[in-house]
Amino acid sequence: MTLQHPISAAGAAPAAPVKAAEPGPLVRFGRYLRRHPSVAIGGGLLVLMALIGIFAPLLWTTDPTAISPARRTRVPSELYWFGTDMLGRDVYSRVIYGARVSLLVGFSVAILSSIAGLAIGLFAGFMRWADGIVMRIIDGWMSIPPILLAIALMALTRGSIGNVIVAITIAEIPRVARLVRGVVLSLREQPYVEAAVANGARAPRIIWRHILPNTFAPMSVQATYICASAMIVEAILSFIGAGVPPATPSWGNIMAEGRALWQVRPHIILFPAVFLSITVLAVNLLGDGLRDSLDPRIAKRL
Amino acid sequence: MLAFIVRRIVATIPVMALVALFVFSLLYIAPGDPAAIIAGDQASPADVERIRASLGLDRPYLVRFGEWSWRILQGDLGTSIFTNLPVTQLIAQRIEPTLSLMVLTLIFAVVIAVPMGVIAAWKAGTWVDKSAMAFAVLGFSVPVFVVGYLLAWIFALKLDWLPVQGYTPLSEGFWPWLRNLILPTVTLGLVYVALIARITRATMLEVLQQDYVRTANAKGVAQKDVLFLHSLKNAAVPIVTIIGIGIALLIGGAVVTESVFAIPGLGRLTVDAILRRDYPVIQGVVLLFSLVYVLVNLLIDLTYTLVDPRIRY
Repeated sequence: MTLQHPISAAGAAPAAPVKAAEPGPLVRFGRYLRRHPSVAIGGGLLVLMALIGIFAPLLWTTDPTAISPARRTRVPSELYWFGTDMLGRDVYSRVIYGARVSLLVGFSVAILSSIAGLAIGLFAGFMRWADGIVMRIIDGWMSIPPILLAIALMALTRGSIGNVIVAITIAEIPRVARLVRGVVLSLREQPYVEAAVANGARAPRIIWRHILPNTFAPMSVQATYICASAMIVEAILSFIGAGVPPATPSWGNIMAEGRALWQVRPHIILFPAVFLSITVLAVNLLGDGLRDSLDPRIAKRL
Repeated sequence: MLAFIVRRIVATIPVMALVALFVFSLLYIAPGDPAAIIAGDQASPADVERIRASLGLDRPYLVRFGEWSWRILQGDLGTSIFTNLPVTQLIAQRIEPTLSLMVLTLIFAVVIAVPMGVIAAWKAGTWVDKSAMAFAVLGFSVPVFVVGYLLAWIFALKLDWLPVQGYTPLSEGFWPWLRNLILPTVTLGLVYVALIARITRATMLEVLQQDYVRTANAKGVAQKDVLFLHSLKNAAVPIVTIIGIGIALLIGGAVVTESVFAIPGLGRLTVDAILRRDYPVIQGVVLLFSLVYVLVNLLIDLTYTLVDPRIRY
């Protein structure tokens, strides 16, 4: 038991000879977290941020969009914890509500680009005739730097959270597709897949039973990195004025508004910057921890 | 070898054609009718139609794409809607600051990151390695404009060592030019350093387990030669590859860094064009940056044989 590999301890427990000695799922989860502290720290911080976003109205916030010229550009005080911005809005309330936008964008982009990339990657990896064409398209797609692609797409539409999510998703899809295709190509050569083919299994069944389950480990790691990158890109888009509408309390927007005054009132930029950095750090730590715990070898493929 | 070079260059043509098709479609589906804008408010529908026909805007999509591509190949990127100046002229005016920033960042990042990754791999598991990798995670997590404001606040506002913002052309002297670019370079370079250091460490960890490294150590080759001559050479291909791929990161970051430090480069041009919906300018910049990215990576592919003589085509 002591020499067991961490993966088997965390995932499906091996058949224990004595049934009663097998630890419950909670105990195993606890052990897994202790073996992979970065998953525990990253995941913990992320849950905390999500709770902050969900319970924003209960966290002593006021209306994050309420404008009040009488109390413009206040420094942090007992009344306005993070001060106020140029329009007199409470920065604390805006930062707390901003967690919603960042997390929504991060998770949505991670999920949507994973699904789209998975579909394209499976298609390219499995259909030999399509592989060449799809991969050339992906090469072209990837040669536009992602932030620039997102900026160009945002120039076509109005700023809204939905449009930001779609624009960043489109910019992130080719990376997932490439990863999935690589995994599929290597899996196709595996004896058990060849055995399934020899047994007359049809393509959908092979994909569903043999290929798909094996793409989840590398994809979940990739998805966390995409989530982190999407949150940064959202902040950049809002910061340069091509993101969510200016009134929406998003961390990028708060920083964009603080730009003109940053030399005299640095706190307007400081607070959203700290929250954004901690959240992205949490997601990255989670990703690194997942990568190390799922399979040390995929570290090189990413 | 020659056949490989030719094949590799030919392979970039469809890639660039795809990028061009995307960039063209951007203008094609962009909201707003150019013919109506040029005709003005007083024009009758017949006037607008006449202008549309004279501009060739009434012809099919693929015909227009063909004509547009032909003009691009001749170096004509169109005219800015907002300033009425040729896009190529706007780009030419703004290219020096961006090129300076990117070249300096590239040098800075490679000089810092490669030794960092090598030493982290050599001292794997120790506090040196752990702090280098913690720094790398931080570099990935702290957004570029946050780093920018933080550095500007400390080194320009509080310590008053370097200018807060602005750009001085290289023609006005090397030092004034460099002084203005130090903070932007470090800002933009941080995430790039993190990326390169991580790949360097991962690759070096593998190389250091090879038999020839053990042999070199056993026969008493100096540690620094084992690391930087014997091992780094063999780890060079993945490192050079990630430097090329990271250019995409650098381009995206330059847009933001130029905004933070008020540098009048291509990034500022892009941001201004977005805010004014100046589509020909956006097209031109996206096309140029993508071309740079593709060409840099083409060059890197071609240098593999120099970096690693075992690779033969």
